[in-house]
Amino acid sequence: MNVCRVLGTLVSTAKHPAYVGHKLLLCQPLDAEGMEAGDVIIAVDHVQAGVGDRVLVMQEGGGIRLLLGAVDGKLPIRSLIVGVVDEVTVDGVAVGAGERGTGQAAPPRASGRKAAGRKGEKRTGRP
Amino acid sequence: MYLGRVVGTCVATRKYAGLEGVKLLMVQPLDRARRPKGRLQVAVDVAQAGPDDLVFLVASREASMALEEAFVPVDAAIVGIVDDLHQVDEAALEEGGAP
Repeated sequence: MNVCRVLGTLVSTAKHPAYVGHKLLLCQPLDAEGMEAGDVIIAVDHVQAGVGDRVLVMQEGGGIRLLLGAVDGKLPIRSLIVGVVDEVTVDGVAVGAGERGTGQAAPPRASGRKAAGRKGEKRTGRP
Repeated sequence: MYLGRVVGTCVATRKYAGLEGVKLLMVQPLDRARRPKGRLQVAVDVAQAGPDDLVFLVASREASMALEEAFVPVDAAIVGIVDDLHQVDEAALEEGGAP
């Protein structure tokens, strides 16, 4: 599974019947630093995610067929949003910090401050 | 799944038995800004797409599941025509004003 940022929503009328009733979102995969990495993907939403959310995207057809139910074992869906990410920690440091990584001019200072702030809030929240 | 633009058609008379009557289109994959990305692909069309349509495709084994016939040898299928793509206001997001 990948952590992605939801960039937008996709509207389609003429589509394969398997997609009817499913929300489609445009997702940008993120790397370990929370920066954009790789090509955007279109994923079916299974958890009521929204634009701007960091989400967990599963890209494995067999699991998706089990989750969504496949007619005759066939379901042409390959990417599914299975979670909304609250926090990612790598080597003890929170990454992403809720803001979008641009992959180019990301101010590490700003994101560091934000991460520290969030951690601080958490600590005071827990007695 | 990924975005693409239909740029042409592909005709093959002699092909695998399960592929008769299946429309083949040339598709240019696109990036997030809808610029061409990568090489042209041949994809089977199950959404009745036409030239210049913005479409979304499914790749690999799931592509063959888009067809009626069971497990035909295809690895990209056009499964929908994109009417509208509401993309986030990127400037607003960078300023921290995520919707």
